[in-house]
Amino acid sequence: MAVLSLLSAQGLSIKFNGLSVLSDVSFDVPKGQVRALIGPNGAGKTTLVGLLSGRLLPSSGTVHFDGQNVTNWPSHKRIVQGMGYTFQITSIFETLRVHENVALAARRHQMRDTLVNEVVEWALVRVGLAEYVNDIAGDLSYGHQRLLEIAMGLAQQPKLLILDEPTQGLTESDIEAFKALIDDLRGEVTVLLIEHNMDVVMQAADFVTVLESGQVLFEGVPSDVKASALVRAAYLGGANAKA
Amino acid sequence: MMSDSKKDCFAHGGVLLFLFALQFFLPAYHHGNMARIMVLASYAIGYNLLFGYTGLLSLGHAIFFAAGLYGSGLAISQFGFSVGVALVIGVAAGCVLSAVIGALALRTEGVAFMIVTLMFAQAGYLTVLYFGEFTRGDEGFVLAHADRVLWGVSLSDQTSKYFSAFSLFCVSLIMCLALVRSRFGKVLIAIRENEERTQMLGYNVVWYKFCTIILSGSISALAGATYALLFGYVGASFASVEYSIYPLLWVLLGGAGTVIGPLVGMIFMFYLIDLSSGVTTAYMLVAGVVLVFLAVFAPQGVMGEVRSRIWKWLS
Repeated sequence: MAVLSLLSAQGLSIKFNGLSVLSDVSFDVPKGQVRALIGPNGAGKTTLVGLLSGRLLPSSGTVHFDGQNVTNWPSHKRIVQGMGYTFQITSIFETLRVHENVALAARRHQMRDTLVNEVVEWALVRVGLAEYVNDIAGDLSYGHQRLLEIAMGLAQQPKLLILDEPTQGLTESDIEAFKALIDDLRGEVTVLLIEHNMDVVMQAADFVTVLESGQVLFEGVPSDVKASALVRAAYLGGANAKA
Repeated sequence: MMSDSKKDCFAHGGVLLFLFALQFFLPAYHHGNMARIMVLASYAIGYNLLFGYTGLLSLGHAIFFAAGLYGSGLAISQFGFSVGVALVIGVAAGCVLSAVIGALALRTEGVAFMIVTLMFAQAGYLTVLYFGEFTRGDEGFVLAHADRVLWGVSLSDQTSKYFSAFSLFCVSLIMCLALVRSRFGKVLIAIRENEERTQMLGYNVVWYKFCTIILSGSISALAGATYALLFGYVGASFASVEYSIYPLLWVLLGGAGTVIGPLVGMIFMFYLIDLSSGVTTAYMLVAGVVLVFLAVFAPQGVMGEVRSRIWKWLS
């Protein structure tokens, strides 16, 4: 485990009904990095994130976070330790107001209501939802609900922010705003970005891990990933293609 | 302009004031009814904490009400304890029982949780019948007037009965209001709305549910114990499945997840049956039809509709 890595996975494997979904996945995310996790459909990205965040437990392997072995910790404990998580399929409190959605995220670490309100305002301004603060969350457009999820992630003031497909369903202009937001966060918080949109990955990520069939296929900076014949083959389905 | 939070407090304070004043105007018959209603509404408030606010549907709350009822009733009839001690024993019985049942039932979710709570309550009911020697089973037992005296005041007297029921209701309502407006209560609402998201915000969801079951069970037991002390009757029917379904019905009618809903639902149901049974022997049919209409046209219950249409700030 590298000294400066905030998150470190070693030899993670998981099987569902005997079917191996991830086998021997290892990777480190250093503090402050924006790391993208990409891979074709079914590569195991969401499963891997499930293991990192504690929604699933591995068959073997370990997860270290912020200097602690968190492999067997329940998810809420990891989040208290400093992980922020946004869901792939929008998961907000639809019947509650936007303010309360974000306040629930902030209240866990802020004891005073005035501080909670400050954090809520700060998070909503950052994702550009400040004007919707009193709306019912379920009435927001889909794109805005995705942004609300990110605001909930930010309001937790995490050390590591895990964003599972954050730009899914966003409009072009929302995606531009999202990229700007990630740039803004760079250095402030470590980000693990699971993303389908290559454009976003290439522009936002410092470093990319490519998963394929439950294994790490490639790791490198975005330009290397773009140039890699292996990655191209994985995405285009030509398993035997050689550069 | 008053803040929403203040309006909320004033509205609930107004209800309490109204209930207090009511005793000076009500005719004897309704006076007695209201005392009973306030005790059972307190039971429903306890139920509502778990069902209306946390989203956990228990079909076995009668066991907690009965724990309070028998806890205090037997403490007097078998051991000759005073009313105050009996009340404490009743609440303690509900508290311990809800901790045990909660720890086991929370290993399940959804329908399984309903079945497990239902089975525990049935086990409780059968236990009451099994120990018929002490509980006198279905027939139940009566607590003598002389045994129901607290600080020199007879609880069987009309005025003190009303006042005791009112005190119990005040305690339950204020506790519930304070709880749902607190940080803890807001997490409960979050669990009801989206449990997975709440967990992924770093809240220990199981722990919150466990604490709520204990609170809910203890308030139910407090209501049960008070019922035994005020009305002097302890019988197995209070442990039966009907008494698990009633609070669900009252809460649904009055508005699940509203503080005042349980009282409204209880009054509504009580007088619906009371009035229709004066007109026809098929009063359950009347009640059934009215309930169907309410379910169709006011699915959030009376106070739930009021909140979504008029008073949006209501807790």
